[in-house]
Amino acid sequence: MSAHEIHALSGAYAVDALDDLERARFETHLAACAECQAEVAGLQDTTLLLAGLSDTAPAPELRAKILADIKTVRPLPPVLARITPPRQRRWTNLVAAAAVLGVIGGGTAIWQNTHQPTSSTPSNVQADRIMQAADVQLFNAKVGQNASASLFRSKEIGKAVIVTRDMTAAPSGRVYELWLRDKTGSLRPAGLMTGRGNAEVVLTGDAVDATGAAVSVEPAGGSKSPTTSPIAIFDFKQST
Amino acid sequence: MSHLQPVPSGDPSPESSGVAALAGLLRRSARGDEQAFAELYDATSARVHGLVLRVVRDPAQSEEVTQEVFLQIWRTAARFDESKGSALAWMMTLAHRRAVDRVRAAEAVNRQDTTYHQSTHVVSHDSTAEAAEHSMEARRVRAALAELTPVQREALELAYFGGYTHTEVATMLDLPVGTAKTRIRDGLIRLRDAMGVGQ
Repeated sequence: MSAHEIHALSGAYAVDALDDLERARFETHLAACAECQAEVAGLQDTTLLLAGLSDTAPAPELRAKILADIKTVRPLPPVLARITPPRQRRWTNLVAAAAVLGVIGGGTAIWQNTHQPTSSTPSNVQADRIMQAADVQLFNAKVGQNASASLFRSKEIGKAVIVTRDMTAAPSGRVYELWLRDKTGSLRPAGLMTGRGNAEVVLTGDAVDATGAAVSVEPAGGSKSPTTSPIAIFDFKQST
Repeated sequence: MSHLQPVPSGDPSPESSGVAALAGLLRRSARGDEQAFAELYDATSARVHGLVLRVVRDPAQSEEVTQEVFLQIWRTAARFDESKGSALAWMMTLAHRRAVDRVRAAEAVNRQDTTYHQSTHVVSHDSTAEAAEHSMEARRVRAALAELTPVQREALELAYFGGYTHTEVATMLDLPVGTAKTRIRDGLIRLRDAMGVGQ
């Protein structure tokens, strides 16, 4: 899908008329496209006009029910905003500190932070190629209570990319480690990320024969096999 | 939200509560203020439920979704960020997404069961919109909608009120694949400009 075609999804996105895969692709694009951000905001405000055509009061009992319900539910804390220029604040939770994954020598993964996804890095180019591949598969998972992650895999390219949303940073001295599950069911190291906020990381290793992927919290530098239970699991048999 | 017009007093629509007031109620709700949340509910429940009912159609299921929406608003009120848009936009976007998720999930379950599928699509919603009929803004919106081309209007309504994907809309309107999304976008842009949204 070309950039031009992606732009054209803004209207359908504003009215929730995208399927899950298109939505995930578009949101990834949106994070880096100021033009689309402005357009989507305006179109979403426009949908409010449509929403105003159908006012219908719910049954009076619903009020008491909901007000009783909230007594048992704790409001979540705010997502602490990073300091970003005003223009970008509108999409704070989308504009990620992208973790750029590189591989040096004997399979040692290193990564570095950039403040904004830039489409020129090799990793992002590859991530885009995976997400736009004709045979791409999408898997979604919750990460803890508030964060979520989408994993895109293209068998043709042989790679998978993980896109995280609203992640909290890994505890100090710890990192998030990515895993690919092989046919025998064992988890193979597939790279590291700090995970703060939103990130887009291409998993190292061959994703063609993998049967799943996972994320776990590991000591800095990563582990050879998970030392804690995964906080997110993707089962490749359950494509959406 | 400069497009919102002044409304006569006594109008129970969210506009009459004031945009800033809604944001304030939302912020107090985030701090666990149940009274503020009750006021927020009173100011917005007809709008939220009206939209959910229009998309979901089944009254019992719609009440469930409305209940879920308000619980989600209560739980995630701290995530509302004024720099991203108005409180009402945040709430309605959340309500619409939830309603669409519900109809699509139901559709996945009932894909085999065509009798159920069809019967859920013949329920009329026309009577439910009566309350809004008198609102000045609703009349302006209807007039602006009438200015769209028939295909733009149908595509937009099937997507927004019907909860259909643009691909489904293309098939329903016999449009070439990939053009319904353009019609939806064109229609929204035309509506936006006619109503002066964001100006």
